[in-house]
Amino acid sequence: METEPSKDTPLLLGGHRFRSRLIVGTGKYASHDLMRQCHEASGCEVVTVAVRRERLIDMEGRSLLEFLDTKRLTILPNTAGCYSAEDAIRHARLGRELLSGLDNPGADWVKLEVLGDPKTLLPDPVATLEATEKLVADGFKVLCYTSDDPIMAKRIKAAGATSVMPAGSPIGSGQGVLNPWNIRIILEYLKGDDPNYPVIIDAGVGTASDVAIAMELGCDGVLLNTGIAGAKDPLTMAHAMRRACEAGRLANLAGRIPRKLYATASSPLDGLIAPARP
Amino acid sequence: MHVIVNGLSRDVAEKVTVAELLTQLKLRSPQVAVEVNRMVVSRDRHQTHVIKPNDTIEIVTLVGGGSE
Repeated sequence: METEPSKDTPLLLGGHRFRSRLIVGTGKYASHDLMRQCHEASGCEVVTVAVRRERLIDMEGRSLLEFLDTKRLTILPNTAGCYSAEDAIRHARLGRELLSGLDNPGADWVKLEVLGDPKTLLPDPVATLEATEKLVADGFKVLCYTSDDPIMAKRIKAAGATSVMPAGSPIGSGQGVLNPWNIRIILEYLKGDDPNYPVIIDAGVGTASDVAIAMELGCDGVLLNTGIAGAKDPLTMAHAMRRACEAGRLANLAGRIPRKLYATASSPLDGLIAPARP
Repeated sequence: MHVIVNGLSRDVAEKVTVAELLTQLKLRSPQVAVEVNRMVVSRDRHQTHVIKPNDTIEIVTLVGGGSE
């Protein structure tokens, strides 16, 4: 890494410590090999995976697990594809069972996703809150996908979520962070009296600048999948996302200049030679 | 006896355990999780949990996915 983020502290997430603030998905890659290379290039230390039925007919395909370094990476099982609290809870419990069998530290957490609609893939807020409460009561550390609604974010944190993860824009849309004002309110509400509470942008990232913007706003990390896996050159994009995440984080720590309506000269005004026209 | 495994009807021997079913299906226990009638049967109970007629069994693994 060329930059030296000496001021930075590790990301503390559900009792885990990470240097990387990028969480990357494992879907939509042209091959498992490419996925593994992209994970390495992104510098990620956490990858999210889905829980699905074992194929009982075609057993020829190689397992995803053969391409994940489960000793180095912390696996974050998700409840992707669930449209009810009940289904999300079942997926979470199955994910925990799978991860405990692999002896991976990710056995104690879940990326909760309860969707409301297959067209928008927006979260169902009522079912999301219900599932959060039940999973927290069941001992899970819940990293909760939600919309960018600040009130909902407060409710999810109050329900005991380990991290609130607002969508920048709809999943896979590549629209970036559509409402930075809401994200700023979420950050203020959730971190006001609890500055280390992790807020992670989950979904909607299209390119590197979207990641940088999320981090510049003060988010603790970014979770993305399609932005890398769907790029024309996923491996190069994985490098770009890593750098954008680091750049955005450093810019946030450094503190940006305020926006002003008029110009402010950078060069001294004293010592100018005599102007041609007084 | 008749059971449902991952949505498909299947005939298995009476009093088969979860562990025996996984062996018959050539599945390795560490890489799957098993649910019987919507309740997880944890790995330490695979040898002792006996499957009953008409049980609904889900056998899952981890697959690639981000969101959705």
